[in-house]
Amino acid sequence: MPYLLVAPVVVVLGAILGYPIYNLVRLSLQRYGLFELIQHHGVYIGLHNFGSVLHDSVFWHTLVRTIVFTIANVGLTIVVGTLLALLLVQVSAWVRILLTAGLVLVWAMPPVVAVQVWNWMTNIQNGVLNYLLTELHVGDYFQHNWYVTPFSQLAMSTTLIVWGALPFVVITVYAALSQVSPELVEAAEIDGAASWRVFKDVTMPVITPVLLILTSLSILWDFGVFTQPYLLIGQGHIVPSNYLMGIYLFEEGYVRADFGRGAAISILMLVIVAAMSIVYVRRMIRLGELA
Amino acid sequence: MRTKAVRRTGWNALGIALFVVLVFPVFWMVSTAFKTEDQINSLTPTWFPTHPTLSHFSDALHRPFFWTDVKNSLIVVLISVAIAMSVAFFAAVALSKYRFTGRKLFLVLMIGIQMLPAAGLIIPLYVVLARYHEVNTLTGVILVYIASVLPFSVWTLRGFIIGIPNDLEEAAMVDGSTRLGAFMRILLPLVAPGLVATSVFAFITSWNEYIFARTLLNDQSRQTITVWLSYFLGTQRQTDWGSLMAASTLTAIPVVIFFLLVQRKIAFGLTRGAVKG
Repeated sequence: MPYLLVAPVVVVLGAILGYPIYNLVRLSLQRYGLFELIQHHGVYIGLHNFGSVLHDSVFWHTLVRTIVFTIANVGLTIVVGTLLALLLVQVSAWVRILLTAGLVLVWAMPPVVAVQVWNWMTNIQNGVLNYLLTELHVGDYFQHNWYVTPFSQLAMSTTLIVWGALPFVVITVYAALSQVSPELVEAAEIDGAASWRVFKDVTMPVITPVLLILTSLSILWDFGVFTQPYLLIGQGHIVPSNYLMGIYLFEEGYVRADFGRGAAISILMLVIVAAMSIVYVRRMIRLGELA
Repeated sequence: MRTKAVRRTGWNALGIALFVVLVFPVFWMVSTAFKTEDQINSLTPTWFPTHPTLSHFSDALHRPFFWTDVKNSLIVVLISVAIAMSVAFFAAVALSKYRFTGRKLFLVLMIGIQMLPAAGLIIPLYVVLARYHEVNTLTGVILVYIASVLPFSVWTLRGFIIGIPNDLEEAAMVDGSTRLGAFMRILLPLVAPGLVATSVFAFITSWNEYIFARTLLNDQSRQTITVWLSYFLGTQRQTDWGSLMAASTLTAIPVVIFFLLVQRKIAFGLTRGAVKG
């Protein structure tokens, strides 16, 4: 009986995902461009696609850039998110409700919409961000172009991504924090423990499993991120010097219609992201949080 | 005690400041949408729309393909959510009410699938759909969306079903119904709120989706609303920020309302699913 109930999910996922995944592996070993797409038939070329990707200096530069980008984004998301969650514990109830409502509102914003708002806030003619920074005497940002160098383009993408990712992290960590026993914290404080000691020895162990899940999910999302940087930097300004892996894959595989090479890049991405998050997944399994 | 009160005031001030920073982009979008052209183009920003105008909204609504693409989004999202929910529901029942071999494996698989980077599947999906001439049709996107909301839905629904006490259904079984019969008659009404919440969340996820819609649909008349919005900037020389913000607001409103309605329930369903084996 239970098998009968589970069967539809297995069939649907198998048909929609299983076949493409099998196809992904097969494609990566074939020459498969537009001609082959029309013919519905690729030509087996062994590991040639992988070789060509691994000998492409753009791949290596993009990979390093993406890893740095991922570490920065995940780090900011988790650290700022945890700090905000800790703040939520400290504030009065009405401020907590206000902040939570704000977070939920931000959470609900569709990424494509958020990109357009960012474009408007940072536009060169009269972006409100430029105005505010100038007025607050942070510096002269009058008609400052936020999208000149790859670094600033990716930094703007980071602000957008972290802003969008914060609500989920804050709300989840806050939920975990509510499981920290207040008696234990109080006892530690009476014993004269410094507040960072209380955090490290009492609070941290409780929220660690949640932080592990959030970190590995964030690594997966940020490593393969596409929508925000692609739309924020703008199709016309996407060049190899600001590629991230998701965009590299899209440009090489889809735009140039070299599907075999694209498949090889996808597999390499899967392997790399698995390697990056394995530490966290392993700790998660050890903590018995999975299933 | 006084220092404690002072400290709390400090934290409160910080909390309010952060609230302003976090919410500002959303406020700026809505506020801009109602401003006049002069206020938008001025070098000194107008914070609140003092002479609110609806002209940007009517402009956005009259752009080519707006309504077509809203309709496309609705078709794609409603069909994929309906199919995904019915399939996911039965699996969730099996996972929470029966113990069977492979159950753990199945649950781990449901998380594992969510971990596949979407970008990695674009290429093979495109090629497979091209083989069956489903590129540039809504069917292709519907299939992709079903697969992308299914694992999450199974997981959350399971959380809701676990929350229902077994006694209820045992009582019904004593009365002579089969296990599944008892479930359908007595427990389905109890799971209904969870089912609604999960569907709404799946609705939002698919409504917001961009990359698959972008790659699998090429025709302007066959695109979804997120792709339509992403092309908005490129269609003219002088950017019409007012209309862009009005269009953005229109795209976000249904999502925001739905999300506000169900977010609590979803958080509950997710954590239930994660805590109880």
